[in-house]
Amino acid sequence: FRAGAAGIIERAGGSMEEEMEQLRSSRSLAGGEFALSDVFYFYKKGVESIVDDQVTQRFSSEELASWNLLTRTNQNFRYISLRLTVIWGLGVFVRYCVLFPLRITLAIIGLSWLVIGTTLVGFLPESSVKNWLSELVHLTCYRICARGLSATIHYHNKENKPQKGGICVANHTTPIDVVILANDGCYAMVGQIHGGLMGVIQRSMVRSCPHVWFERSEMKDRHTVTSRLRAHVTAKTKLPILIFPEGTCINNTSVMMFKKGSFEIGGTIYPVAIKYDPRFGDAFWNSSKYNMVSYLLRMMTSWAIVVNVWYLPPMTIQDGEDAAQFANRVKSAIAEQGGLLDLAWDGGLKRGKVKDSFKEEQQKMYSSIIVRHDDTNSSNSCSGNTEEQ
Amino acid sequence: MGSSSSSMDHIPNAEELMQETGFSAAHLLRLYERFEFLDKDQTGELRPEDFGAIGGLALNPIGDRIISAFFSPGQETVDFPSFVRVLAHFRPNGTNRTRNGTQQEPVNSRTRKLKFAFQLYDQDRDGKISRAELLQVLRAMLGIQVTEEQLQSIAERAIQEADLDRDDAISFDEFKKVQQVSPHPQTPTKETPLHPTEGGR
Repeated sequence: FRAGAAGIIERAGGSMEEEMEQLRSSRSLAGGEFALSDVFYFYKKGVESIVDDQVTQRFSSEELASWNLLTRTNQNFRYISLRLTVIWGLGVFVRYCVLFPLRITLAIIGLSWLVIGTTLVGFLPESSVKNWLSELVHLTCYRICARGLSATIHYHNKENKPQKGGICVANHTTPIDVVILANDGCYAMVGQIHGGLMGVIQRSMVRSCPHVWFERSEMKDRHTVTSRLRAHVTAKTKLPILIFPEGTCINNTSVMMFKKGSFEIGGTIYPVAIKYDPRFGDAFWNSSKYNMVSYLLRMMTSWAIVVNVWYLPPMTIQDGEDAAQFANRVKSAIAEQGGLLDLAWDGGLKRGKVKDSFKEEQQKMYSSIIVRHDDTNSSNSCSGNTEEQ
Repeated sequence: MGSSSSSMDHIPNAEELMQETGFSAAHLLRLYERFEFLDKDQTGELRPEDFGAIGGLALNPIGDRIISAFFSPGQETVDFPSFVRVLAHFRPNGTNRTRNGTQQEPVNSRTRKLKFAFQLYDQDRDGKISRAELLQVLRAMLGIQVTEEQLQSIAERAIQEADLDRDDAISFDEFKKVQQVSPHPQTPTKETPLHPTEGGR
């Protein structure tokens, strides 16, 4: 539920048919004919999106109903009282001078242990001991890192936890999602090899258990990616792969279109819904506004990261269903469990433009409303129409 | 401690705008933030391309017309006061505060709203919707989904129904009459300050 300080738009929230019927004071839609007021529907929708649109909303932080004493969420609030300022000041002191140093220390310990530990384990020969040790190292490090962010995680339905040889899909809000999920189990990560500190971490991780890291050039080739992932999955002994099908960070109020590539690999899909509590800290990574370092600093100076993680029952592709439909099915399940809005929009719209096919969809919908009965009428009038103007 | 009153100072002539359009301070601020967001290269004015970047507008069949409604004829940019004035047409009628009598009629009265809609059709501003103009709008809304004959017949019927003085065009009064059949005229309403924004969470 979102109640901005200035409620700007009240949306009727009906289908195109319902809303048009409302706008047509004179005539119902049953006649299936055009009315001059039909244009109102489109221009109302158009102006609504000028004032605030569904897509852009998802890429800025969620607004809070009441202030949580963090200046960063203080968008619409005015100076209220001295007492509140004092409390806020205390909050700043606690967050920056007490919590932050503690968290940084923990994070450094966690990351260094991850690198050292996985490198050490990597020296062992392949054996069940090695796997067990690797799991231990990974779990410990992620737990330390989670403490470094003051993350309080509630896991639900643990019986549905992803199994080996499966694919875990989740909605994506922040890179921290990885830490959150990895606190409760070991996953094979999928991603691009980076340079710098990330690269070091990635390379050492892959020594102790098989993650799937791609070179930048390989990422472009969908076929390569899919076949490597498929190889990983079919070897049933390997850890479940963790994939975020949205492809980009969304602000945790909705779930956007799932890219069907992840669903073409085969194997069992284990959907996971992740929902952050916005009152304690805003976990969304707005990559256009903050880079990774300032984002992490913001995380470490929030009150806490409180997360709910729901493991959903595994799903497989049904007969007669293609990858895109399967992706939508999984997406709806995740959205429903997490209490998020299920949107058909592509997260790529963050950066790109709308395809023309969407406009055609709108035109199609409208024409089906008014041309339904018109076919019979128009043929009569055409045949009876001797004068063409 | 951060307060939003500092951001109000950025808005030129905020008081007058509020008087003229009837928007509250909070609404005005919200619209200003939206304006700044749409103004990608921070020039202080919007161009048609800035509107074109909005997803919901790009898929709207009459999106281009809506965009041009913001720009006065011959103008290539729109500044914040003009932006707000156009949007002021959409405030619900019920929230008009008492005026001091110097204005003719409030900006968002029913007539003004209808006039705005009328101008969406009447692009050459000659006060009448000609058959050609009606066909243009129909074509935009329907795209390739209907044939030319179907389009012509739809337009024909619409004109026959509305055109009372038989001049083969729809004037503003005729347009108004068509909308006025039911006792509860539905004009596009928005921005109710008392109601929360769309739910779904």
